[in-house]
Amino acid sequence: MSHFLYSLIGLSAGVCFILALKGLSTPKTARRGNIIGAVGATIATVVVFFYAQEGESLPLNNLGWILGAIAVGVVIGVPAARKVQMTQMPQLVALFNGVGGGAAALVAIVEYLHLGDKANTAEVIATVFTVIVGCVSFSGSIITFLKLQELMTTRPVVFPGGRFVIAATLAATLGVAVWVVIALGTNPLLILAALSLLFGVLFVLPVGGADVPIVISLLNAFTGLTVAASGYVLDSTLLIIAGTLVGASGTILTRMMAEAMGRSLFGTLFGAFTAKPQEASGAADDRPVRSGSPDDVAILLNYARRVVIVPGFGLAVAQAQHTVRELADLLISKGIDVAYGIHPVAGRMPGHMNVLLAEANVPYDQLSEMEEVNPTFAQTDVAIVIGANDVVNPAAKTSPGAPIYGMPILEVANAANIIFLKRSMRPGFAGIENELLYDPKTMLLFGDAKASLTKVVSALKNL
Amino acid sequence: MEPIAIISIFVLAVFVGFEVVSKVSSTLHTPLMSGANAIHGVILVGAIIVADHSRTNLELGLAVAAIILATINMVGGFVVTDRMLEMFKPKKGGENK
Repeated sequence: MSHFLYSLIGLSAGVCFILALKGLSTPKTARRGNIIGAVGATIATVVVFFYAQEGESLPLNNLGWILGAIAVGVVIGVPAARKVQMTQMPQLVALFNGVGGGAAALVAIVEYLHLGDKANTAEVIATVFTVIVGCVSFSGSIITFLKLQELMTTRPVVFPGGRFVIAATLAATLGVAVWVVIALGTNPLLILAALSLLFGVLFVLPVGGADVPIVISLLNAFTGLTVAASGYVLDSTLLIIAGTLVGASGTILTRMMAEAMGRSLFGTLFGAFTAKPQEASGAADDRPVRSGSPDDVAILLNYARRVVIVPGFGLAVAQAQHTVRELADLLISKGIDVAYGIHPVAGRMPGHMNVLLAEANVPYDQLSEMEEVNPTFAQTDVAIVIGANDVVNPAAKTSPGAPIYGMPILEVANAANIIFLKRSMRPGFAGIENELLYDPKTMLLFGDAKASLTKVVSALKNL
Repeated sequence: MEPIAIISIFVLAVFVGFEVVSKVSSTLHTPLMSGANAIHGVILVGAIIVADHSRTNLELGLAVAAIILATINMVGGFVVTDRMLEMFKPKKGGENK
């Protein structure tokens, strides 16, 4: 295959990626967009088997190893993606992003070993960049995975002098990077990789709660840039285009996600350097709360005219999306006005709730976005908060010291009655006490969201 | 490749990347991130190229690891994105009373 044809096919794959991102931006075309992206990736992968790289001949060397490794990757990746629960998708995306970053770093290291002294300075700089950012993305994503999977604490991990350790690690990393560029050699590069891995861990540890998805998105953009840098070293236009696209769109996406959550991107990014031990939140833990039975909840709902359902991560954990729809249908059949109030970042990821409720066939027109539903709470008789906490926590408006301060919230406090379905009094993901739980118009129904909802539904049917 | 050609490609791709996602509803943030994540799995192409280059066992071993990781990223990424989006597909019947 001529170099021209090879590049042309590569370009068509690049166009597929642009169309894929474009398609993914609109609900109607999103699925098609993803498939176009997959087609582009397939074209790009297949064509590389039919083109002899400079100084090589066809068939590719180590062909058996290459095909075997792809088969192993497919056997690991596809079942993981197919079997994962909807609740665990954010972690899986983090993990996929991490292995992508790791792959980019490995590619850079191998190419560096291969080029040896022949590498020019620009190539060495691109290699150093890929190794640093790829390793940070790898280890950082692993930490976000552990946090989201709750294999480690979800709160920010801050230790005394932490910011100096981080700053020192960063300085050492950059120092070694300069050393690699000047002195060349394999050992400095491996030290660089190790330092970068350490920096990735330290960078993500102080990030907690609602900032974790933003960091995943940011690391995703980083990985894109490493792919672009690898494309430069390997002289592949396709990798430059694909990597840059992901880097640029990922950066914008990160900013949009940060805005939706009312976070400053800068604050998230440099949280590692500025993190302070959090101020103690909500002094009195043993204040009285009003808890009710499923029957109490059913009665309250039965005589309501308007009910707003506010779903959160607890709904996803309990897989209660079908039960909540059953409840909504039952209320509608009684002539009650029902809406779902969807906070943009309810759950662990933006759009998490929409995906869950769509799975349960909840009609789109019942899903109201935050701006739409907030003014209606004053006319709402009952707001049912199902396993959500931070997204309705008034601390976001009232206490400047709270980690979620400034995040727009669903103003359920304006509703005449509030029902919280909770597993326990444990605070939400961000780890902040919710004043609303102690409000006199709040009723708590403890237990697994699905079990509680089932009981409420049967109590309603008996009324 | 000419440095200026590379820089041109890079700069234009940055603008295209900014532009294509400039207006996206928060509902699609997660699938979009996941789709973009799958796209950078195309580093698989780079991993195959370096495996082709590999002369020593060390190089080949690292390249094979890179191929496995990149394949997981790419294939897993597209499959998981499709699963997220499958729930947005229009559903027929049973909704209207």
